[in-house]
Amino acid sequence: MSALLSSLRSLLLLELVRGMGLTLWSMFTGRRVTVNYPYEKGVLSPRFRGEHALRRYATGEERCIACKLCEAICPAQAITIEAEPREDGSRRTTRYDIDMTKCIYCGYCQEACPVDAIVQGPNYEFSTETRAELYYNKDKLLDNGDRWEHLIAANIAQDAAYR
Amino acid sequence: MPKAIVDGVEVEFEHGMSVLQVAELAGAEIPRFCYHDRLSVAGNCRMCLVEIEDQRGRAPKPAASCALPCSDGLMVHTRTDKVKKAREGVMEFLLLNHPLDCPICDQGGECDLQDQAQAFGRDGSRFAENKRAVEEKYMGPLIKTIMTRCIQCTRCVRFATEIAGTEDIGLLNRGEHAEISTIEQAVQSEMSGNLVDICPVGALTSKPYAFTARPWELRKTSSIDAMDAVGSNIRIDARGRSVLRVLPRLHEDVNEEWLADKSRHAIDGLGRQRLDRPYVRENGKLRPASWDEAFKAVTDKFNATAADRIAAIAGDQCDAESMFALKSLMEAKGSKNMDCRQDGAVLGEGGNRSGWLFNTTIAGLEEADVVVLVGSNPRWEAPLINARIRKRFLTGELHVFGVGAPHDLSYQTDWVGAGPQTLSDILDGRTAAADALRNAKKPVIIVGQGALAREDGAAVLNMAGQIAEKYGAIQDDFNGFNVLHTAAARVAGLDMGFLPGDGGKGMGEIIAGAQSGEIEMVYLLGADEFDTEALRNAFVVYQGHHGDAGASVADVILPGSAYTEKNGMFVNTEGRVQASRLATFAPGDAREDWTILRALSGALGKPLPFDDLGALRQAMVEAVPHLGGVDQIAAAGWALPGVAGAMQDAAFEPVISNYYMTCPISRTSKTMAECTEVYMAGSLDQAREAAE
Repeated sequence: MSALLSSLRSLLLLELVRGMGLTLWSMFTGRRVTVNYPYEKGVLSPRFRGEHALRRYATGEERCIACKLCEAICPAQAITIEAEPREDGSRRTTRYDIDMTKCIYCGYCQEACPVDAIVQGPNYEFSTETRAELYYNKDKLLDNGDRWEHLIAANIAQDAAYR
Repeated sequence: MPKAIVDGVEVEFEHGMSVLQVAELAGAEIPRFCYHDRLSVAGNCRMCLVEIEDQRGRAPKPAASCALPCSDGLMVHTRTDKVKKAREGVMEFLLLNHPLDCPICDQGGECDLQDQAQAFGRDGSRFAENKRAVEEKYMGPLIKTIMTRCIQCTRCVRFATEIAGTEDIGLLNRGEHAEISTIEQAVQSEMSGNLVDICPVGALTSKPYAFTARPWELRKTSSIDAMDAVGSNIRIDARGRSVLRVLPRLHEDVNEEWLADKSRHAIDGLGRQRLDRPYVRENGKLRPASWDEAFKAVTDKFNATAADRIAAIAGDQCDAESMFALKSLMEAKGSKNMDCRQDGAVLGEGGNRSGWLFNTTIAGLEEADVVVLVGSNPRWEAPLINARIRKRFLTGELHVFGVGAPHDLSYQTDWVGAGPQTLSDILDGRTAAADALRNAKKPVIIVGQGALAREDGAAVLNMAGQIAEKYGAIQDDFNGFNVLHTAAARVAGLDMGFLPGDGGKGMGEIIAGAQSGEIEMVYLLGADEFDTEALRNAFVVYQGHHGDAGASVADVILPGSAYTEKNGMFVNTEGRVQASRLATFAPGDAREDWTILRALSGALGKPLPFDDLGALRQAMVEAVPHLGGVDQIAAAGWALPGVAGAMQDAAFEPVISNYYMTCPISRTSKTMAECTEVYMAGSLDQAREAAE
């Protein structure tokens, strides 16, 4: 009996009709979930792991101290750092490269960073036309930091309570 | 033998061992900071606390195991809760004033404090007050100090006073105010780099290496040092194509766990002034060339020149393989003009191998009761051998005499004379040294190159041998006659007979011949340590790694590799055969030296009978069997070395005028230049005055 019923249902496309009906009903009553990207954007979590940035202190001094923990922890080995004493004797990087084509956006680098220097900011719109543009150097990363600092700082402050 | 029980494991130990050593025998791990095997016991870090139990029961408080002599039947507990708590407490105290700046500390990743805090510490500190800060101290161009990180273990103080023999470092004040201090001058030692190794925290770190790399980034290669003839065992740490640092490797019979400063810090010279492509001289100027062009230039001259008009000189840092290949090539040509003794030392001609070895062996020095240094300054020629002599000296059972120019050797030395005349006096039993030698059970004579690199070298060598024989230095199981070499390649060269053959020309004759035109072509294998300008008239082929004295007079330059860039055998001054390993590749077109000689021999139409390193080594071992025994010293027997003859009156001259610059690598090193400026300022002034 039940086999007969289910064959009948299939034959008359009842599942399909029911699905179409739901769509039709939602069209008039449902909540709108799509956004008009790029003019509208979705909400991001403060923990969102987007494009990398190197931050500075309020004094303008770069935060990174070349401890190389991010380089060590990076599972994709996307980070390359070289360091030497700066003129004032402090420990700084002379080179800080991230190969964004290797990066898997796991966020370990910012977890490892003892001074909150390398962070993954909220920016996800950094596609490029050439591959070479995705090999970030220190200047690019610091520039990212300067550009996004207010959002990054707000995100970190917002998430601080849970850390 | 007395027995002790450590964590339930019964272990036999030798009388006089400390509880810590006994516990190590039993396999128990005891954390420590101030305790070091080769230094005196200080007992001030308190990290090695253990619980002690004997017939009277458990001791009420834990004891510092490093400073407690173990007694028979003692029970030691290293894993009880009480010990764990004690360690946590000590660790918390040690970290009170430690800045915890691991991310910017060069010791990070290889720090005892870091590791032991992880393993034995608690998870946090209860110290809410301000941490203290300590001013940096100046310790010279090799050591960077960050004194706030210091935990006052005093290892550096003990190393400086005991091993290095310089009382430059000390601990000032007490308690909260205690700090390591110096007399605000560079540490006066050729072994100061070791301070960085023994510092368990990041208070003393290497200045040239500052912030360069992390230990986990480095590729570690076990190799052999070629800066002096000691043959120190080293670990070469490299990243990419550059050698970043050199650390000592443990070898009890050679360098223990120390390393001399030049061996450790001259490596930045490996990246400077390198010969990275062949050059050919045209119209008086060297121009870059291809290997083919360079080979053609050599071949044309080589084939057009008679065998007795060609000569070869091997340098001080050559591996045995390349010297053997060059020797084979010269023999194939039929030339007998070759020499590996750039300084003109009269060694190795005929006679027994014992005539050019450090027969007592370095470890054997610890049995000596009288040492006579002849024309040698071991502190500069071989700092680690000097450290061994000092180690023996500190036992109070060694008396050191010197013949030659007086130096501060870091132990008391009686300078009894300046030249060969004193040797005759000693042989005739006239000086204080003779009296001491007569009463000595294990007398040791150390002949330096300063006594041999002169016209009467053979006679001096013979005289030293006679002294050794007369005063019983030659015994069945002990040989007190030693030649102290300064060049890493020298003993291998002498062993394989890289010497003028019958009727062949030696070093002096080659130079004279080159000036008179008798020698038309000279092949320099990394040879820079003589007046190369004298070769201007000859066609010079220089095969080596640095643009130094040899390359400046060369007509053809064949770029070779430095000691860190090849697999090769070195024989140290004791006659110990050791193998070095390739840590990085030579830059540019440069190749391993034996491959250049093999390729050249093909171009010359006299192909050498080996195509790979294995075959070359096999041929070499067939010719010189003892070169096959890696890390072994072949028995040499004894025969009176040198040739008896008249000696001159002139005093023995020091062979090294600047410890920090003795080879092409150290001469191009920036670090060594800084050291020269700081340490050799006095000697440089003297040299300048002498020149004026």
